[in-house]
Amino acid sequence: MSIDQANKFGFTINRSRLIDYDASDRKVRDYITAREPSFRLCFACGGCTAACTAGHHTTFNLRRMNTYIRRGEIDPLREEVTRCMLCGKCLLVCPRGVNTRNVVAVAAEAIRKLDRNEL
Amino acid sequence: MKGTPQHVIIAGGGVAGIEAAGTLADLGYRVTLVEKGDEPGGHILQWHALFPDRRPAGEVKSYLRKRIEHRNINIITRTTVEKIRHHGGGVAVNLSGGTEEKADAVIVATGFELFDARRKEEYGYGIYDNVITSAELEEMFNRNRIVKADGTVPSRIGLIHCVGSRDEKVNNNHCSKVCCVTAVKQAIEIRKMLPSCEVFCFYMDMRMYGPYYEELYREAQEFHNVNFIRGKVSEASVNINNRLVIKVEDTLAGRPLRMELDIMVLMVGMEMAGSGMKLAEASGMKRGINRFLETTDHHYGNNLSSIKGVFYAGTCTAPMNITDTISHARAAVAETVRYLNGK
Repeated sequence: MSIDQANKFGFTINRSRLIDYDASDRKVRDYITAREPSFRLCFACGGCTAACTAGHHTTFNLRRMNTYIRRGEIDPLREEVTRCMLCGKCLLVCPRGVNTRNVVAVAAEAIRKLDRNEL
Repeated sequence: MKGTPQHVIIAGGGVAGIEAAGTLADLGYRVTLVEKGDEPGGHILQWHALFPDRRPAGEVKSYLRKRIEHRNINIITRTTVEKIRHHGGGVAVNLSGGTEEKADAVIVATGFELFDARRKEEYGYGIYDNVITSAELEEMFNRNRIVKADGTVPSRIGLIHCVGSRDEKVNNNHCSKVCCVTAVKQAIEIRKMLPSCEVFCFYMDMRMYGPYYEELYREAQEFHNVNFIRGKVSEASVNINNRLVIKVEDTLAGRPLRMELDIMVLMVGMEMAGSGMKLAEASGMKRGINRFLETTDHHYGNNLSSIKGVFYAGTCTAPMNITDTISHARAAVAETVRYLNGK
């Protein structure tokens, strides 16, 4: 029975939600860390996300985006970087002094390079 | 003090017992220090370097050695205090081996034991080769050699926080306090010894409670590229390549995570020592629901037992770092002296 046939009966196949650390790679993380070393200092408090204007109207979450970068989860990151308006309010609240706005800018740059096979 | 110096017995020759003995001796009291091992020193004897500044443990060990080089101190090794009871106006203790010793007061400093990691069977300690404890990693630092069981160099090491702490399943609801900062210290040491080895800490909360602990955590991220993943590892197994595979929720991503490791280090917590429990049982000393000795007041009586002439020092009352253990031992001496002066 094909998947199409199965769907007639309401069955679907869900993509795994597992983060398989050994199946993903950290090229984007390393690119960002090299250009914005303060990225390493994030301890995931969520202050940036609480202050974020974009996050009040979309699902954008900078704290979670940082985690995706660290784990090498590129697909969710690709969507995230387009949502930030680069206003920089997150910079004002970060207790570890991460240059959060630049992290987003460099992450967007890394994704563009990745898609052009330049990373 | 007039006439014959008063005599204090100290049960346990670890950091607390040694500091209490040295302080009492300096004040002119006669001390008998009873240690169950071959020599006084306690757990620190196995340690290579100490948090938060990663100083060599040898510096503190030599301080402790000198602390008890005193003519007022008599050291009895390979012996435990089995029972404390009242005798005349003072106390008498029964020692293992059947002898008895009399004194004016007793300080109990029986300390802690490290959690037996085999009790968390899902982590595979004692089953898989490359699952070790934080104490065993410290021995590897002593030998200046971090290798897998087959002698090869690891490329990824995971440190698992809260093994035997904050875990109802092993009857320990308490936090052992020192394991978080120990993990950060050990993570940095691994990164310095093996710069190409990735290091991951799996934590529930980072409890950096002491001075310069939080700074050490920051240093680990900023200068040593130590990775931190928030989540409690649920289980470990071994795959066909003979690498450990762990399952954990990356709680900051809200998704389950799977990762291979070469060595898994279990940050074992602190429990009340078995010898202390036996002594408490035999002598009628109260213990709390965490099994450590219960003091008369958490805030202003935390060296006091409910038994006249018996005082508590160090980790027999709660998990403590070395700094706090030394302070607590000195405070126990202050309480003991106040009691002896009133006799």
